[in-house]
Amino acid sequence: MIVQALAFYLFAGILLMSGFMVITARNPVHSVLFLILAFFNSAGLFVLLGAEFIAMLMVIVYVGAVAVLFLFVVMMLDISFADLRKGAMQYVPIGLVVGAVLLSELIFAYGAWSFAPESVANAASPAAQFGEISNTEALGRVLYTQYAYVFQIAGLILFVAMIGAIVLTHRVRPGVRRQKVSEQHARRPEDVLEIQKVTPRTGA
Amino acid sequence: MLEIGLEHYLTLAGILFTMGVFGIFLNRKNVIVILMSIELMLLAVNINFVTFSSYLQDLTGQVFTMFTLTVAAAEAAIGLAILVVFFRNKGSIAVEDISGMKG
Repeated sequence: MIVQALAFYLFAGILLMSGFMVITARNPVHSVLFLILAFFNSAGLFVLLGAEFIAMLMVIVYVGAVAVLFLFVVMMLDISFADLRKGAMQYVPIGLVVGAVLLSELIFAYGAWSFAPESVANAASPAAQFGEISNTEALGRVLYTQYAYVFQIAGLILFVAMIGAIVLTHRVRPGVRRQKVSEQHARRPEDVLEIQKVTPRTGA
Repeated sequence: MLEIGLEHYLTLAGILFTMGVFGIFLNRKNVIVILMSIELMLLAVNINFVTFSSYLQDLTGQVFTMFTLTVAAAEAAIGLAILVVFFRNKGSIAVEDISGMKG
């Protein structure tokens, strides 16, 4: 029990610290790196909660894809980030007020949360129905049966996002030679070949 | 204190969510950091989902965490693509400069 508590406080402490660094770091590259640290520590928390698959998904999807995408964009754009910080302190007081109100509301709402004993019976897909199988397998059995359509829609969302990102960032540069397959297929020998009869000793 | 319960995780998620909201105020001009703050808020929501899923022994929360993750990935991809296109056209990513679509 004490190991669990220590692990929780370690992960939670590093998570909050790196979250704070994400929003306060001067250099956005540092922000992204602290974001990666935050994702790793939340993966640790998920392992602590017994959700191993979500933890691995966190590392693979967030760290491997989203954070690296952020890193690419931050490094690709040639921006003076110091100018962007100018005048930013002007909105800190109202931000602090909004944050304090939000935090106190969240803590009032969730701080003393307790379940009614019968609420466990209302579970939409109780984990106990599968007996002793791993978290990943149980999740798969729920996801591919009960939530199959929603799963398909999630795939569709990713597909639309992919097409959208390609359409937005693709640009046609002038002066680039491209292969035109239809023109190549439409090419006939009589269009481009000329057969000449060359008589001897005269040249073509 | 040493017994880690539901309220510990919920408080953690609440603090993280508030931090994300505060980050939007603090980095009001920098769209990249605003997007990162949104990722922090989504992470807090995911922690809430997984916590309730774990304490209620109900897998639905973890399934919905996956969908949140999907939406977060799509949002990051589209948001950054828009950012890159905007930077290519205007040479800046400051929020005040993004007023070209004002009526």
